[in-house]
Amino acid sequence: MINSLFLISHSGDIFLEKHWKSVISRSVCDYFLEAKEKAGDPENVAPVLQTPHHYLISIYRGKLFFLSVTQTEVPPLFVIEFLHRVADTFQDYFGDCSEVLIKENTVTVYELLEEMLDNGFPLATESNVLKEMIRPPTILRSVVNTLTGGSNVGGTLPTGQLSNVPWRRAGVKYTNNEAYFDVIEEIDAILDKSGTTVFAEIQGVIEACVKLTGMPDLTLSFMNPRLLDDVSFHPCVRFKRWESEHVLSFIPPDGNFRLMSYHVSSQNLVAIPVYVKQNISFLETGSCGRLDITIGPKQTMGKTVESLTVTIPMPKSVLSVNLTATQGTCTFDLTTKVVFWDVGKLNPQKLPNLRGSISIQTGAPKPEENPSINIDMKIQQLAISGLKVSRLDMYGEKYKPFKGVKYVTKAGKFQVRT
Amino acid sequence: MTTMQRLLQLPVNAVNIVKTVQSQVQGQEEDKSPVLSPDGGQQTWYSALQPDELRHLRSGGTGGGGGGGGDQEERGSQEDGGGGGSFQSQPLRHDDLKEMLDSNKDSLKLEAMKRIVAMIARGKNASDLFPAVVKNVACKNIEVKKLVYVYLVRYAEEQQDLALLSISTFQRGLKDPNQLIRASALRVLSSIRVTIIVPIMMLAIKEAASDMSPYVRKTAAHAIPKLYSLDPEQKDQLIEVIEKLLADKTTLVAGSVVMAFEEVCPERIDLIHKNYRKLCNLLIDVEEWGQVVIINMLTRYARTQFLNPNINESLLEEGGGGEKTFYGSDEDEDEDEEEKEKKAEAATMAKRKPYVMDPDHRLLLRNTKPLLQSRNAAVVMAVAQLYFHLAPKAEVGVIAKALVRLLRSHSEVQYVVLQNVATMTIKRRGMFEPYLKSFYIRSTDPTQIKILKLEVLTNLANETNISTILREFQTYIKSMDKDFVAATIQAIGRCATNIGEVRDTCLNGLVQLLSNRDELVVAESVVVIKKLLQMQPEKHSDIIKHMAKLTDNIQVPMARASILWLIGEYCEHVPKIAPDVLRKMAKSFTNEEDIVKLQILNLAAKLYLTNCKQTKLLTQYVLNLAKYDQNYDIRDRARFIRQLIVPTEKSGALSKYAKKLFLALKPAPVLESPFKDRDHFQLGSLSHLLNAKAGGYQELPDWPESAPDPSVRNVEVKESVFALLERVTTLTSVPEWTKCSSREKRKEKKVEKPFYSDSEGESGPTESADSESDSVSGSESGSGSEGSGSASESEESGEVSMSEEEDREKGKKTKKRELTKAVQESESEQSSEEEDRKHERKMKQRKSDSESESDEEEESESESSQSESDDSESEAEVRKKKKAAESKPPSKPVKKETKKEKKEMSLLDLDDFEPAPSPQVTPVNNLLSNSLVTDLEGLSLSEAVLSPATIAPSSALKIYELLHRITGEGLSVEYCFSRQPFSPDANMVAVQMQFTNSSTSDAKNLHMEDVKLQSGMRVKEFPEIESLPAGETAAAVMGIDFCDSTQTANFQLCTHTRKFFVSIQPPVGELMRPVFLTENEFKKEQGQLMGMNEITEKLTLDAKCRNEHAIVQRVTTAANLSRVPCGSDRECSPPVPPPEHPVHRFAGRTVTSGSLVLVTVATREEGAAQLTINCEKMVIGTMLVKDILLALTQ
Repeated sequence: MINSLFLISHSGDIFLEKHWKSVISRSVCDYFLEAKEKAGDPENVAPVLQTPHHYLISIYRGKLFFLSVTQTEVPPLFVIEFLHRVADTFQDYFGDCSEVLIKENTVTVYELLEEMLDNGFPLATESNVLKEMIRPPTILRSVVNTLTGGSNVGGTLPTGQLSNVPWRRAGVKYTNNEAYFDVIEEIDAILDKSGTTVFAEIQGVIEACVKLTGMPDLTLSFMNPRLLDDVSFHPCVRFKRWESEHVLSFIPPDGNFRLMSYHVSSQNLVAIPVYVKQNISFLETGSCGRLDITIGPKQTMGKTVESLTVTIPMPKSVLSVNLTATQGTCTFDLTTKVVFWDVGKLNPQKLPNLRGSISIQTGAPKPEENPSINIDMKIQQLAISGLKVSRLDMYGEKYKPFKGVKYVTKAGKFQVRT
Repeated sequence: MTTMQRLLQLPVNAVNIVKTVQSQVQGQEEDKSPVLSPDGGQQTWYSALQPDELRHLRSGGTGGGGGGGGDQEERGSQEDGGGGGSFQSQPLRHDDLKEMLDSNKDSLKLEAMKRIVAMIARGKNASDLFPAVVKNVACKNIEVKKLVYVYLVRYAEEQQDLALLSISTFQRGLKDPNQLIRASALRVLSSIRVTIIVPIMMLAIKEAASDMSPYVRKTAAHAIPKLYSLDPEQKDQLIEVIEKLLADKTTLVAGSVVMAFEEVCPERIDLIHKNYRKLCNLLIDVEEWGQVVIINMLTRYARTQFLNPNINESLLEEGGGGEKTFYGSDEDEDEDEEEKEKKAEAATMAKRKPYVMDPDHRLLLRNTKPLLQSRNAAVVMAVAQLYFHLAPKAEVGVIAKALVRLLRSHSEVQYVVLQNVATMTIKRRGMFEPYLKSFYIRSTDPTQIKILKLEVLTNLANETNISTILREFQTYIKSMDKDFVAATIQAIGRCATNIGEVRDTCLNGLVQLLSNRDELVVAESVVVIKKLLQMQPEKHSDIIKHMAKLTDNIQVPMARASILWLIGEYCEHVPKIAPDVLRKMAKSFTNEEDIVKLQILNLAAKLYLTNCKQTKLLTQYVLNLAKYDQNYDIRDRARFIRQLIVPTEKSGALSKYAKKLFLALKPAPVLESPFKDRDHFQLGSLSHLLNAKAGGYQELPDWPESAPDPSVRNVEVKESVFALLERVTTLTSVPEWTKCSSREKRKEKKVEKPFYSDSEGESGPTESADSESDSVSGSESGSGSEGSGSASESEESGEVSMSEEEDREKGKKTKKRELTKAVQESESEQSSEEEDRKHERKMKQRKSDSESESDEEEESESESSQSESDDSESEAEVRKKKKAAESKPPSKPVKKETKKEKKEMSLLDLDDFEPAPSPQVTPVNNLLSNSLVTDLEGLSLSEAVLSPATIAPSSALKIYELLHRITGEGLSVEYCFSRQPFSPDANMVAVQMQFTNSSTSDAKNLHMEDVKLQSGMRVKEFPEIESLPAGETAAAVMGIDFCDSTQTANFQLCTHTRKFFVSIQPPVGELMRPVFLTENEFKKEQGQLMGMNEITEKLTLDAKCRNEHAIVQRVTTAANLSRVPCGSDRECSPPVPPPEHPVHRFAGRTVTSGSLVLVTVATREEGAAQLTINCEKMVIGTMLVKDILLALTQ
């Protein structure tokens, strides 16, 4: 399926290669680099490319390209999903998926790739199983390893692959048993010029951090599970149980994982926490424009809107801006032409406002379009859909774990058209 | 230079000398023969070199002293900094590494290997280190070993001879007792691409394919395609192995072997027949990557084996209304069935053979559907394409939601999904219409995503939604992304051609765009307008005029060419402007692009033909210019046109037809999606994405005309299959106490396909111990059993201890409050003050839907225990007696039964309320039902209440088997829950046992021993039966306190000679005893058990179960509850006719804790009903809901 993998940096430097079948020369990447050059923006590189003898399937993560080479028919999503899983694993192991970290941990990366694919077919992709085979590097261990010549490869071979609960390793032990669940909801919305909602929906995920001894069997139930329109689960969740009772019953993996993601349909009315009053205009003459943005709370359910930021990509012909914000800081990136306004906490008494003038390159025509405004924010202790966890039960183990649920609402792809 | 390096200087030189010699030797050797003779020269130098090098290193090592480690570090960093690696340092470094590898210190070896692997990773050549590395293949250190493997796999192909040195190590590994070592040996051995070892690999694969461990078998499956790519001639032998592995019943192997099948012999579809049903059933438990491969393969399989489910619909559709049925009913499978029947009927009317879906086809659709919920986008896509290609039209709709969900994922995933959605929307537009807005475009989307979304939006456009879509397009036109704007204009054009109503609106909009400042936008608009105008040119001469003026400004060649073509084509509509345009063009002819030049020629020719007078000279001028053009196409065209239009004596008959040739009516272009007809590629495939056949792509075959023989998929049922299947399904995904749902599943299976209606799953340790004797399952549980066995065990014990824990909690309120606080604090972070206040208030108010429901639970618990102590004593007996005569379906037969299939089946049938063969109806029955009436009368209720319906006329108590005749060596024991109060202890459930001795000798001293219980449970043993003569039966009663949970009581049943391990597990309905409540009391109690303690489920009553009698009977059979008399307050009011939709209420208390269990069945129209259960023990409540639901719907 997957013949080879190349890791290519943002600038086009091929810094790691791994082959699972016969070696394929790295010159095959030239086709990709050419396409990348043509596309300009790395996001615009087509994920699937055809070359005379190979097919190149790539993803772009953390300013890196993961480029896989295959010679025969393969479902492209299969490869893409796998590559993302590889990136996730790196993130899991090294804290981030970046060029520097991968270069620092080349050997671990190589060992991981060796375990994850066999002859190009995925073998072990569960992070719990992998961690049993190849221990993630820690500062302490790397010091100890240097002194003693010890290894980061597990001495004992993993049992996870053989058990019926392949996502959980055996013999987990903690002194503090705890299970935390973060309900994170993101509002995807498009608002039009007048502030009416063109489209809005809520995407939610439940991220879990479970550190429990032994083989606990957890049941998480909701007050209002019928709210959820579409769900997808971590493989550990028993689907039948969800279908019949709308509770999540599962033996959790050890550590952090995404328990489920869900979708609250656009049919339901979605509360939009903020409103944006904006006026961006470019004058016909004099190559300048005006900008005036005010943000205020709308449906926040009595909570405070925090970490509010506003991003406005300006037309390329904009030369500079002269903006003053009543709250927070506002910056303008000259190369990308992006206005970034970090507002911070939204105070309903004193609404933040950004106004000022925009100057355009002399001679350039007045931009046809107005830029769209992208909003980012965070509301703590609130799930905007109203979803509530009612309880968490643990079976199978005797001790009493600490349990906690946290709710956060964020702006997802929240865009205001102007 | 570090001390270490200085010290190493000498050996480096020494080794360099050796190295040159070595390479010479090596070169000669390679020339001679590719095979290394056992006593070949290489080995000699190789071993000769070793002590030498070692000595060098040793001297270095002693000199370096203890600081070695630090030096290593320094060197490492130096090397990293070196990056590109200068030529000079290269040999030095390699020799360094060699020496490190030859050392006897693992840490040095490891360090060296790490650097070598880092070199490989960076793509640097490290092949000359091969001999030094390969020696370490037998190294004890596991990490060194692993890295050596990495190296070997990378370079073995290049250094085949040397690689052979390592083979013996792997061969030894293949015999290792540890399954993981066997597996890894096979993995590396098969990864070494050396042709000479093909026979060895073949042998190893064959051996591993019948290995005990499923993990090794999986590795064998992986090795098959490796060997195949190395030597395709082994195909036949490999197919044999594949066939064997396909028959494997473990989920671990399934995915890998199907992968091998797809790579080696995808055409051998016949190998799948026997395994088809198994694969369908295992699918949900296979790991996600395997699922993708299996689903794709099964799609192809189904296309060859089943009939097109839409064959009749497509016929009907022509009559109209086909689209409408489209998304009506994707919710419910049953509904679909009905609908299909309807359709089939209609089809017969249309004189077609009615279509009946093959049950195997249905099986596939049903078993893949839950996978739409997978987190893995590839799995979701695989299921989606399966449904698209195989499902009846009415059912395809289910995939839309899942695909739309994937649009939230990474942009690469979006890209692929959108491509597939685009293809789907052409064929099945209705499916995605409800999700129109999900395809709206954000300015932050990458351009390629925007364009795909646009494509989908265009495909989705129809008369009803076009106005919304056009409004969206309006916004997109203002985008900064010009490529995207151009695509939008194209899209508008396509909407306009497809939907007649909006054509004028679109055209007007596009004409407005002609005054856009951006040239690209204008150009694109021109091209699109041209296409639109071609459809109805008469109406739009003013637009053509307007466009003619644009020639002065527009520079984009394609747009200019389009305008010229338009003017030429419709020159009659603009007779005055056309010659003028030609005049202008003639002036600038030499500077135009080629396509524009060609259109100028065309324009000239057309004008010459229609308006010869005005344009004759101009045309001649243009033709002359073209005659000397650099482009031969243009020269050719000019020559051709001149011959055609200018009549000369040479030009014969053709010129007469010149007008016809040039001014023929041209058909309007059809603007269609680039995704049209892409669906002949299997969706989700690489070929579909590229719209070109990729290497190794397997065509999706057309549906067969008539269905091939379905019996090829039949398999003989073997016990082992059952045992394994059930283990797989129950162990991995369904814990014991969710059995109810799994039972439902089983039920479905049974209806359609008796083979896999696997026996009652019981994952207890007893069972796995049993199956160990079996050869196949034995291998699974052999060395791997530690994992699986313990997992299942702990799962089971988990289930047991959960309710026990709950019970303990009850007793220790203080502890519980702590916990509650912990939860609350973390949940809501409310101040403890507030919480306390709330708590108090609730004690008074009994608010039903509190936030912290644990609070409530606690208080209602205390409440109920109070009230219980009041009345339980007095009523306990009555309650128990009342319903004791009723029987109940078993939710769990005893473990031992799993082994006997026949017995099993009949037991399962009891679920369907077929008359149970019960030879030994307990004598208690008659007696009880008599006393029941009297008891009830004693409670002075109205006659209406006492209608015979209330007294359940149960046929018999459900009998469970404790010990089978054969396992018991002649002694068989059955038991039932007699529903009588157990007199020695009111908190125990009475279990009536019936001993039958069918052996030839007497059984003596029957008694219980070694009772193993979960904490909290208690057992009152039955009195010892001293002697049971052959052929006789005896009865005994024992009591078990199950602590209100369905945990099992395990004990040994002993005779004077033997001991038998047996266990009793109660169905949840037996954990309660009836309690009498009036309707008002019931309602009051119910009001206090709201919120979390209430479970409501909607259901459709079974056809046979719509009258009051049947409902009451079935509920009371399922659970030991008593009917609450309805309308007991009716006495004082005049009699009213019974309500049209009666509500039935039942009440009981759990045996141990006395918690109330309230059941309400409210009937509605046409068999619809709502079941409500209020019980503070949520677990009991949920389990009971299932049981009653099942009882009422079947």
